[in-house]
Amino acid sequence: MAAIDHKGVIRQFPELEWEASSGSLILSPEKVDEVVSWLKEDPAYRLDYLSCVSGVDYLEKEVKTRVRNEAGKMVFKTSLSPEKMEVVYHFYSMEKKTGPFILKQRVLSRENPVVTSLTPHYGGAELMEREVYDLFGIRFTGHPDLRRILMWEGFQHYPMRKDYVPPNDYEYEPTPHGDVLERARERREELEGQSP
Amino acid sequence: MNSPDLSDQKAVDLSPEGTAKAGVILSSLVWIYNWSRSNSVWPLLFGWACCAIEMIGTAGSRHDIARFGAEVFRPSPRQSDLMIVSGTVTKKMAPQVVRIYNQMPEPKYVIAMGACAISGGPFKQGYNVLKGIDRYIPVDVYLPGCPPRPEALLHSLMTLQKQIKRQKSLGRTITNPAYGEGRRIYPVPELRGDDLFPPFNPEVWTPPAKNPNVEDGCPAGRKSV
Repeated sequence: MAAIDHKGVIRQFPELEWEASSGSLILSPEKVDEVVSWLKEDPAYRLDYLSCVSGVDYLEKEVKTRVRNEAGKMVFKTSLSPEKMEVVYHFYSMEKKTGPFILKQRVLSRENPVVTSLTPHYGGAELMEREVYDLFGIRFTGHPDLRRILMWEGFQHYPMRKDYVPPNDYEYEPTPHGDVLERARERREELEGQSP
Repeated sequence: MNSPDLSDQKAVDLSPEGTAKAGVILSSLVWIYNWSRSNSVWPLLFGWACCAIEMIGTAGSRHDIARFGAEVFRPSPRQSDLMIVSGTVTKKMAPQVVRIYNQMPEPKYVIAMGACAISGGPFKQGYNVLKGIDRYIPVDVYLPGCPPRPEALLHSLMTLQKQIKRQKSLGRTITNPAYGEGRRIYPVPELRGDDLFPPFNPEVWTPPAKNPNVEDGCPAGRKSV
């Protein structure tokens, strides 16, 4: 499939950001409806097929970048990358045989991430967005039926988040080592405390 | 063929050879019971994962589970007496498995097929995987493999048939649980928070008091550095 040129969409919406490192268009949730319906209808794009919806979780972390200081030397500069969550959409155009075109919704919050649903534009997004909600806890406004899909109703956490700690059910581990050994020991002590 | 002379009843030979000559077969009721039961096992028609593909292959004409009298896969737990747990049991699925097992009529048997059904297998450390179906229901035959070949499933069925033939349904020592006093309705675990409650049924399974493979925090045979 032929790659899609992003310059047209930037010309139409000059305020949008193009992230060259990932080759994706960054959208804020309030611009989604306008941009997506334009991409779907514009004769140069005709993105009629939504292939994949993914969630990404970023914890706050230090990043090192190489910069040139006043003396002209290359040094490492440490900066803080904020915590954020992203929803990544991969589009193709079946009509023009082009793709993929990558679009990201980014929210700078892990407490209460809310993005805009694409289900009104692409019916196929419904189940995929439910999965993102189930595993990452990202809520989609405008989604007709936002429920858990893989985990059961009443499940407490969002298991694909970076800071998720799985339940300790390591009662019996035949060949434990490392973290598993430590957690197995904790679990045995917990069970021994319960039994009498 | 010479008929034995039955005019004098004292002359009747009651040894198996003698009665066979008279056209009479003597056997115990339990033996006939177990023989017919073990040669007509009706498995439950359900499967989860890649093990189920092997189970379907076993039922096909090449491996032909019908040779062992177990070809009638019933789609209802009310009509079947063997549950082949063929694949990964997720925590979300575990209550349904126990419920289906409870709905099966006595006598009923369970084959835990594959590494996942035995212990969780390659998905053991996953947050959503039950670490072995034997935590909630009694398992008669453990069939290792990932997935086991159809021949292995046939071997596990033959092992189960041998177990059924050893069962005693009459007399003082009843080993067939269907005729004993043991409770065969098992509590269905609940999905609570992010795990199952209770984590295992202590009537069926308890964690071993000491792990034979682990010594001093290190698997046996390996020195801690």
